[in-house]
Amino acid sequence: MTYLGDVFALARKDLLLELRSRDTVPAMLLFVVSTLVVFHFALPSDASATAETGLLWVALLFTALLGLVRAFVAEREERVLDGLVLAPCDRSAIWLGKVIGVVAFLVAAEVVALPAYALFFQPVGWELVAAVALADLGLAAVGTLLAAMAAAGRARELLLPVLFLPLVIPIVVGGVGASATDDPGRYLAFLGLYDAVFAILSWASFEYVVTE
Amino acid sequence: MSTAEKYVTAAYLVVLAVVLLYIVLYAFKLGRLERDVGELAELARRREDERKRAA
Amino acid sequence: MSTSLRNNQHVVLAAAAGCLLLAGTSLAFYWVPNAPVEGFRQRIFYVHVPIALTAYACFGWAAWKALRLLWTRERRYDLESYTAVHMGVIFGILTLVTGSIWARTSWGHWWVWGSRQLVLFLVLFLFYAAYFMLRYSVEPGPRRANMSAVYTLFGVALIPVSFLAIRLAEDLVHPVVFTHDVQNRLTGSQLLTFLVCLGGMLSLAGSLYVNELTGKRLDARLRELREALQ
Repeated sequence: MTYLGDVFALARKDLLLELRSRDTVPAMLLFVVSTLVVFHFALPSDASATAETGLLWVALLFTALLGLVRAFVAEREERVLDGLVLAPCDRSAIWLGKVIGVVAFLVAAEVVALPAYALFFQPVGWELVAAVALADLGLAAVGTLLAAMAAAGRARELLLPVLFLPLVIPIVVGGVGASATDDPGRYLAFLGLYDAVFAILSWASFEYVVTE
Repeated sequence: MSTAEKYVTAAYLVVLAVVLLYIVLYAFKLGRLERDVGELAELARRREDERKRAA
Repeated sequence: MSTSLRNNQHVVLAAAAGCLLLAGTSLAFYWVPNAPVEGFRQRIFYVHVPIALTAYACFGWAAWKALRLLWTRERRYDLESYTAVHMGVIFGILTLVTGSIWARTSWGHWWVWGSRQLVLFLVLFLFYAAYFMLRYSVEPGPRRANMSAVYTLFGVALIPVSFLAIRLAEDLVHPVVFTHDVQNRLTGSQLLTFLVCLGGMLSLAGSLYVNELTGKRLDARLRELREALQ
């Protein structure tokens, strides 16, 4: 099979699994909406617009973590990952297929989260949507690689957040900057740079993470 | 000693303290290594004795 | 995998570290004149910045060894990379502590979000501390070595990206940006003192690195011996 054929086959597998079992995305949806409600109670009444934007990004980050923790659980439980690695496909295709799946889950969660945010807090502009789209790519790229690492160890639900958070601090900066300042272009460009650097790195090094 | 001098000296002393702490921890590690070598030497000697007895 | 210290590296490095640090500290306290603006406090510069640069050097060294591991698959690079990260974290903690003391004496607070270098080191410290969690969580073996190497390389990529992010974040959060005046221009005597201290810190890191690496290799050899005897 061709490289892209492998990628889409793998992505289709993840998406079909999710459609049938429906365990990850509904949890992410509920989680993000509940978090937004918690934030309403956590913020003082005179909270600035920037503070509200910041908290949205925190909510998105932790929702992504929730989805990512489950990213390789199915593979590990059914030892599917070993089978995939032995298959004659390029290992980085596994990464790319997974990333497509993760992005799909994130978008599904955001389709609910952003309108909820607009309802509870403040209107959502095009800059925020663009920033969220770019951030999804970065979060998925880095998160998928780290999830594969964490899946190989003990206490992976604890390990993944610890590995994930320092790496995605730039995404938060880019995201909040794009939605809260007068110069979103600079921050969107920065998000693009982050995505390019870490997507290439993750794509190239995934092979080493899953093999001996 | 002025306040500024106190802070500057504190900074240098912290560095010294951490290096000394490292040396202390390393001493513990060396003690453990010595003990391990002793145990392994004992194990080797016992094996040698058993072999001589069996032969 | 030899445990003997080749070519007496350890003696040379330790001696260099001792001499350079003694000389550097003496220069910093007795010889160098007071900085015009900051006064006596500025002398922390001679311990803080060399330590920071040494931490960066350790992380860079770790990344180089990680690259060698992924390239050649030779197991010894895993121990070398791990030890270098360990050194980097030790010096990173020292950077944060000395930087915090400098911030306290210069601006009155033990922590300032407006200091780019301090914030960058905090992010890096969190990142490399997680490295140890990764190592403790995975079974020892080639898989763990590969993962550690990849993670180390990600760290090196994170350094410039984080720095850019922190600079961009300043416009967001509007903190007052704190910089130390002396870092912009150094006089001759300041430069000499700085270089001697830098040499001393690098030698110290190298000396600790060689010692620790020997210890780890001894550990591994003893384990093999134990398995062979039992």
